[in-house]
Amino acid sequence: MDLRTTYMGMELKHPIVASASPLAGTVANIKRMEDAGASAVIMFSLFEEQLKHESAALEYLMTAHTESFAESLNYFPEMDDYTVGPDSYLDLLRRASEAVDIPIMGSLNGITNTGWIEYAQLMQQAGAKGIELNVYYIPADLTTSGREVEDRYIEIVKAVKAAVTIPVAVKLNPFFSAIGSMAKSLDDAGADALVLFNRFYQPDFDLSKLEVIPDLHLSTPDEIRLPLLWIAVLYGKLQSSLGATRGVHTPIEVVKYLMAGADVVMTTSALLKNGVDYLTTLRDGLQTWMELNHYDSVHQLKGSMSQRNVADPTAFERANYIKTLESYKGDYL
Amino acid sequence: MTERQVTTIDGNEAAAYVAYRVNEICTIYPITPSSTMAELADQWSSEGIKNIWGTVPMVVEMQHEGGAAGAAHGALQTGALTTTFTASQGLLLMIPNMYKIAGELTAAVFHVAARALATQGLSIFGDHQDVMSVRPTGFCMLVSASVQEAHDMALIAQAATLEARVPFIHFFDGFRTSHEVNKLTLLTDDEMRAMIRDDLVMAHRNRALNPDRPFIRGTAQNPDTYFQARETVNPFYTKVPGIVQAAMDRFAEVTGRRYNLFDYFGDPNAERVIIIMGSGGETAYETAKYLNANGEKVGVLQVRLYQPLSAVHFLEKLPKSVKSIAVLERTKEPGATGEPMYLEVVNTLVEAQMEGALPSGTIPRVIGGRYGLSSKEFTPAMCKAVFDELAKAKPKNHFTVGIVDDVAHTSLDVDPSFVIEHDKVVRAMFFGLGADGTVGANKNSIKIIGDDPEFFAQGYFVYDSKKSGSQTVSHLRFGPDPIQSPYLVQSANFIGVHQFNFLDRGDVLKNAAPGAVVLLNTSPHEPEETWDRIPRPVQQEIIDKKLELYGINADKVARDNGMGTRINTIMQTCFFAISKVLPRDQAIEKIKYSIKKTYARKGEEVVRKNFVAVDNTLVNLKAIAVPAQATGLRELPPVVPANAPDFVKNVTAMMMAGRGDELPVSALPVDGTYPSATTRWEKRNISSFVPIWEPDICIQCGNCSMVCPHGVIRSKFYNEASLESAPHAFKTAPIDARGFPDIRYTLQVYLEDCTGCGLCVEVCPAKSKEKAGHKAINMALKEPVLENERANIDFFETLPEVDRGRVDFSTVRGVQFLPPLFEFSGACAGCGETPYVKLLSQLFGDRLLVANATGCSSIYGGNQPTTPWSINNEGRGPAWSNSLFEDNAEFGLGFRLTADKHLTYAHELLKALAGSIGEALVDDLIEAEQTTEIDIRHQRGRVAELKQRLKEIKDPRAEQLLVLSDQLVRRSVWIVGGDGWAYDIGSSGVDHVLASGRDVNILVMDTEVYSNTGGQMSKSTPLGAVAKFAAAGKVAGKKDMALQAISYGNVYVARVALGANPQQSLLAFREAEAYRGPSLILAYSHCIAHGINMQRGLEQQHLAVESGHWPLVRYNPAVRESGANPFVLDSARPKIPLKQYRYNEVRFKVLAYTNPKEAEHLMELAQQAVNRRWSVYEEMAARGGADFQPIFKH
Repeated sequence: MDLRTTYMGMELKHPIVASASPLAGTVANIKRMEDAGASAVIMFSLFEEQLKHESAALEYLMTAHTESFAESLNYFPEMDDYTVGPDSYLDLLRRASEAVDIPIMGSLNGITNTGWIEYAQLMQQAGAKGIELNVYYIPADLTTSGREVEDRYIEIVKAVKAAVTIPVAVKLNPFFSAIGSMAKSLDDAGADALVLFNRFYQPDFDLSKLEVIPDLHLSTPDEIRLPLLWIAVLYGKLQSSLGATRGVHTPIEVVKYLMAGADVVMTTSALLKNGVDYLTTLRDGLQTWMELNHYDSVHQLKGSMSQRNVADPTAFERANYIKTLESYKGDYL
Repeated sequence: MTERQVTTIDGNEAAAYVAYRVNEICTIYPITPSSTMAELADQWSSEGIKNIWGTVPMVVEMQHEGGAAGAAHGALQTGALTTTFTASQGLLLMIPNMYKIAGELTAAVFHVAARALATQGLSIFGDHQDVMSVRPTGFCMLVSASVQEAHDMALIAQAATLEARVPFIHFFDGFRTSHEVNKLTLLTDDEMRAMIRDDLVMAHRNRALNPDRPFIRGTAQNPDTYFQARETVNPFYTKVPGIVQAAMDRFAEVTGRRYNLFDYFGDPNAERVIIIMGSGGETAYETAKYLNANGEKVGVLQVRLYQPLSAVHFLEKLPKSVKSIAVLERTKEPGATGEPMYLEVVNTLVEAQMEGALPSGTIPRVIGGRYGLSSKEFTPAMCKAVFDELAKAKPKNHFTVGIVDDVAHTSLDVDPSFVIEHDKVVRAMFFGLGADGTVGANKNSIKIIGDDPEFFAQGYFVYDSKKSGSQTVSHLRFGPDPIQSPYLVQSANFIGVHQFNFLDRGDVLKNAAPGAVVLLNTSPHEPEETWDRIPRPVQQEIIDKKLELYGINADKVARDNGMGTRINTIMQTCFFAISKVLPRDQAIEKIKYSIKKTYARKGEEVVRKNFVAVDNTLVNLKAIAVPAQATGLRELPPVVPANAPDFVKNVTAMMMAGRGDELPVSALPVDGTYPSATTRWEKRNISSFVPIWEPDICIQCGNCSMVCPHGVIRSKFYNEASLESAPHAFKTAPIDARGFPDIRYTLQVYLEDCTGCGLCVEVCPAKSKEKAGHKAINMALKEPVLENERANIDFFETLPEVDRGRVDFSTVRGVQFLPPLFEFSGACAGCGETPYVKLLSQLFGDRLLVANATGCSSIYGGNQPTTPWSINNEGRGPAWSNSLFEDNAEFGLGFRLTADKHLTYAHELLKALAGSIGEALVDDLIEAEQTTEIDIRHQRGRVAELKQRLKEIKDPRAEQLLVLSDQLVRRSVWIVGGDGWAYDIGSSGVDHVLASGRDVNILVMDTEVYSNTGGQMSKSTPLGAVAKFAAAGKVAGKKDMALQAISYGNVYVARVALGANPQQSLLAFREAEAYRGPSLILAYSHCIAHGINMQRGLEQQHLAVESGHWPLVRYNPAVRESGANPFVLDSARPKIPLKQYRYNEVRFKVLAYTNPKEAEHLMELAQQAVNRRWSVYEEMAARGGADFQPIFKH
C-alpha cells in the first residue's frame, strides 16, 4: 500500500497533516504528533497583530504609574533581555524542526506588508519547510470592492514569495465571488498550495449578558461539503498543490477529500476532540478503507472523483443543484 | 587599566555600583529612599554581573531590616564580605546588630540614604536624624555630598573598614543625593581592585567562625571583665582617621579625585566658617565662593569622616583666622544642649585649647543651627543668612534656617532675592503629571545631554503626595562645568508647563527668570486660541517678566500620532527645539537615536511612529504672541472654598497650593494631630472622564458604590417631597422596592473627586435594552455636565442621611446607603485596597479605631495635606493612627487594651454609682448586647442618658465616669495594613496579637507585593511572580496565613475578594466584627504592581477565585462553639486553569518573556500547589465540628 503524496514539492509519507492549532504549542506535542503518524505539522498561527498588541501592552503596563510617586518610581525590575515578539514562536519552530523528521511549516497571520515579509523570512531561517499564509481579512468597510480584496491577497502572496525560498501555501476563505478565478490568480502569483477553506472567527451574542462574544466551535463532518466541491473543481487545473481542511473527523472524510483531488488532508478539530493519537486512527483508517476497496495508492485515489474525472462534470454545477432540490422532495411529498 | 566611563546616574546607583562589586553578600529590605540600591543589587545578581573577584554576589531579601542586619552579621562572622542598604526606621531596626558587629571588630560597610525619622509624623525625605541615632553603636561614619562622592566614598569606606576592622556607615542625603541624577566618572574594576587589598580580605576570612579551627565569639560577660573588654577596642578607633585618610590618598593616586577627612573651601583667611556635612556643603561652598568674589572672607569646612572625628585633622583644616563658626546640622535632638556635631566641634575646640593645641589661640565663637529637615530646601540664600549671622556681634545660637519659627524664635531671616544661579547654566523646570511621562522624558534628556562630552547635567525630581493624578516638577541644569548645586532651580530660563490647568494651580511661573522661555501644552486648545484662556495674573507675570511663550496642543499631537496620552516625546522634542541647549538639528537627531535605542526591540513600527511624532511636533509647535496688556477675564480660582474650616483655609490650603514652606511654626499642630475629613475640600478634578448615572436603567443594586475606590458614588433614598427644591438636572428614580410609592432614590457621583478608573462601569450588571453595552452607569466627558452636577451634589448633601437603624447591613444593596467615612483618597485610580477600607468605614465608622501599618494605606490615609478619613453628620468617625511599619498589630492591640480596661473601670464606676444613676439604666448599660446596629444605637441612647444623669451627680467618680462613658459603646478596633507588614515585617506581631484572644480585627489588604515602595517581593508574593528582589520569578510559595491563623482555633479567619463576591466580603467583615475574639481578614487587592489594566481589577479578582488561586473561605470559631463545622468554603472548585488568571498580569507574563522554560515550570508547580491546597480545604470543609480545635474561653 503506497500512502505517499506530494505537497508543495515535498514528498510526505501519507496525506494526513496536523493543521494549525494550539496543540502544536510545545515541542513535546509536536513530537507526539510525529509519533502518532502525522506526515507534516503546521504550527499554530503567528498573529502579527497579537505580537504588536502584546508588545504595546507590556510597554504600557510596565511604564504606567511610574515616575509619579516618590516612594515607588517603578514597579518591576528593569529587564533588558525579555523577548516580546516572534522570538518564542520562532524558537519553538526551530526546536521542533530539530526534534522531528517530518516537515514543520509555519503559519502566518499578518496585518502589514512588512509583517508578512519579515516574519516569513524569520520562519524560513528558523527551519520551516513551508509557510501557510492565513489571510484573515473581513472587508467591513463598505467602500472596499471585491477586486480590492482579491488584489490584497495576491499582493501578499507575491511579496512573501519574493522574500522566501521555501514553498508558500495560502489558506483561503470561501467568500469570493469567483473562487476558481481567485484560485487561478493566486496560482499565477506563485502560491505553492491552496488550502481550502479556513474557518473564520464569527462572533456570537450572549443573550444573558447582552454582549458580543468570541465563540469558536469545532468543525463537524458536514462542513466538508464546501471544500470538497471546490477541491474537486480545481483539481488538475492549477500548478499549486491542494490542501483540504475542515470537517475531517473520520477516515471517510480523508478518503473523500483525496478523491476530490486534495494532496493533503488537514485536521484540527478531530485532534482537539480525540487527542493527538487520533492521527494514527485516521491514517490506519485510510489504509484499511483503501485495502477493503482495493486501492493500491493514494495517487490512484487522488482526484478520482474530481470534476475532471467524474463521468458527469455538471454534477458539480447548477444542474446538480436542481438534482439536489429534486431529491430533497424525497419520498414523502 | 580599563578605560574610564562617564555616565549619568543617581546617587543610589552610584553607591550600589561599588558596594555590589566589593562584596559577596547583600542582605536587603526595601525602604525609601534606599530601596533602589537593594533593587539594583538584586537585579545585577540575577543578571549574573560579577564582583571584582569574578563571582556573582548573592542578594537575599529579609523580613525586615533587623533581619537584614542579623543575616549580615552572620555572614560577616562566617567570613563573607557583606553589605546592606537602608534608611530611617530601617537603620533603627539594625541598631542591636550594629553594636554587635562593631563590638566584634567586624569589617563591613552599611550604605544609608539618610532620611528623617517618624516622630510627630513620618517623612520619607532626607535628613540626618537616622544616622545620628546610631552614633553610639561603634560604626564609623563617612559622608558623601554628591553623586560622584556617593560612588567614591563607597569604595573608600570599604577599603578603610577592611584595614581598620571597624564597621562603617557610608551615608548621603536621601533624595537630594540618592535621587539626584548627575554626571559622574565610573570607577573601573581595576581601580576598585587597586583600592581593596586582598590580604585584608584574607584576614577578614581568617577571623571567621570555622569548625576546622573552632572558637566561640559572642559570649556573656560579667562584672569582672565586661568593662575592660569594652575598652579593648580603643586603639582600633584611634587608627581610623589615619586609615581613612590613607585610603583617600590612595584613591587620589588611583583616580585623580582627592578627598580629605575635612575639606576646606573658601578664603584661606576666612573669619567666618560654616561646618557642615552632606550635600548642603556644596551649597555652602557655592555661596562662599560667590560671597568671597564679592569681597567677603568666608569659608566652608566640609566634614567627610564624621565619626570618629579627628581633632588633629579638623584643626589642621580650620583657618587660623576664623573668628566665628556655625555648625549646620540636618538633624534635631529635642532637649539636647545642641545637635551632635555642634557639641563635638565645641568639645574639640575646648579640648584643644586646654591642651594648648588650638592654632587660632583663642576659641572662636561657635553657634549651632538646624537646616534641611525632611528635605527642606537648603539654598544659597540660607547659607548667606548664616554667614550674615556669624558677622553679628551676638549671633543667634541654636538657630534654625529655612523655616519661620515664630514660636521659639530660632529662625534666621533669609533674603529670598539672593539667587546665585550661574549664567552659563541652562536651568529648566518642567511641570508634569505623573501619568504623562514628563519625568521619564526629562531623565532621557539628561542622558542625551550628559552623554555629550561638552556638557554636564543634573536632574532632580519632586513628586507630590498623591498616588493618582500627581504633579511632578523636574529641575534640570545643563552646563559646561560640573554642576554642584544640590537645590531646586531657583531661577529658570526654561519652564515647561505640560498640563494647561497647572496655570490655575499655584504659581508655576514663580521661578521664571526675566526673558525665560515658557513652553505650554495648550491642550485641549490650539496654541492660537490660548492667550485669552490664561488666567489674568499669569498673563501679567508673563508680560512683566517678558517671557517668551510657545505652545503646542500636545495631547492632540500625541493622539494623532498613535501615542495615546503619553505626551513625553512631544514635549521633550519641543524643549530641545526651543531651549537652545544643543543645536536644534543635533538635538532632534539625538532624540531619534534615543528613541531607536529604547524601542528597537519593540519593532520598526514603534520606532517609526515615534519618529513621525517628533517630526509632527516641530510642525505643530507655535510661538504665542504676548500682547502688551493682560487681557484675560479669569482670575486664579481659590484653593479651597470659602466655607472650608479655618484650619483648612489657613494651613491645609497652603500645603495644597504648594506653599507649605511658607507656613510658620505656629501654624502647625504641636503633636501631629490633624483634623479629619479634609479631602472633601480638595477638588482635584483629575479625570476628564467620569461616570454618569442612568436612572432608567439602574436596578439600584449598590455594586458601583461598593467597588468605588474613592467613595465618589453615594446613594440616598428620601421622600419625594424633598425634591421640591431640587435643581432642574437632579436625577432621581422611584426606589426599587415594593410598598414605598413616595420614596425616591438617587445615585450621586461626586465628579470632581473621581479618578476615572471605570470600576463602577465594569461591575454594573444593568444594561440598556436598546443599546448593547450601555449600562446604568457609563463613562463620559465631565466638562459638559460639571456645572449641573455641582448643583446636584450641593442639593444631594441637603437630603437627610439615612437612619443607620433602617439600613440592611447584610446586603450590598443596603450598605450603599451608609455614607463612607473614607472618601476621596489620593490612592491610585482603580485601587484594589480602598474599597475594603471604605466598607470598614461604612459599617463601623462611627465607633472605629484604626491602627494602620505604614504602607500604601497609611499614605493614602494619612499623607499630608489632607486625609480621607471622615466624619459623619453626628460628628463621629474613625479615629486613625499610624505608628510604624513593624509594630502595627501591637499598636492596635494597645487600642483594645485601653478599650477593655476603660470598659471594666466604667462598669466598676457604674456599679459604684448605681444608686445615684439608677439601677435599671446601669444594668442595661452593662448588659447591652451591642452586636447589631440597632443594639448600638440603643446603647448610644443609654450613654446619652447616662451623661445627663452624671452631670447632676456630685461625686468625683461621676466625673471620672463621664470621661469614660463613651467606652460603654463597643469600640471596633481594626488593625489594617498590607502584606509586607502582615506577612513579613509585622508577622510576629500579627501572630502574637492573634494568639492574645483579644477582640481585635486584623485586615490584611493583600497585594502580594510591597506596593508602596515599588513592588518588592513579600512572603505573600505567589510562586512564579516576578517582583523586585525576585527578578527571575519567585521560587517559593505564598504563605497560607489563613491556615496558620485557623490553627489557633479561636481566631475568626476569612479570605475575601470583593471583586469576586462582594456579598461574602460583607458577611466576613460583619462576622469578624461581631466575633468577640481576634479576627483576621485576608482581602485580595488588585494593584498597579501586578501590571494590569486597573479597570480590569475586579475581573482579575474574579479569575483569582475561579482559578483557585484565592479560594474564598470563612472560619468562624463561634460556629465551632455550637458544635458545627466552623470552616466554610465560599467559592466553587477551580473552574479555570491558573494560567488563565495569571497571564493577564505582567508580574506573571513577563517571566514567559524572559525565561519561558522557567515560567512554564513554575506555572506547573503553582498549579499543583493550587490543586493540593484545594483538596486540603475541601477536606476541611467536609469535617465535623469536633475535628477542629476546641475554643478557649477567657
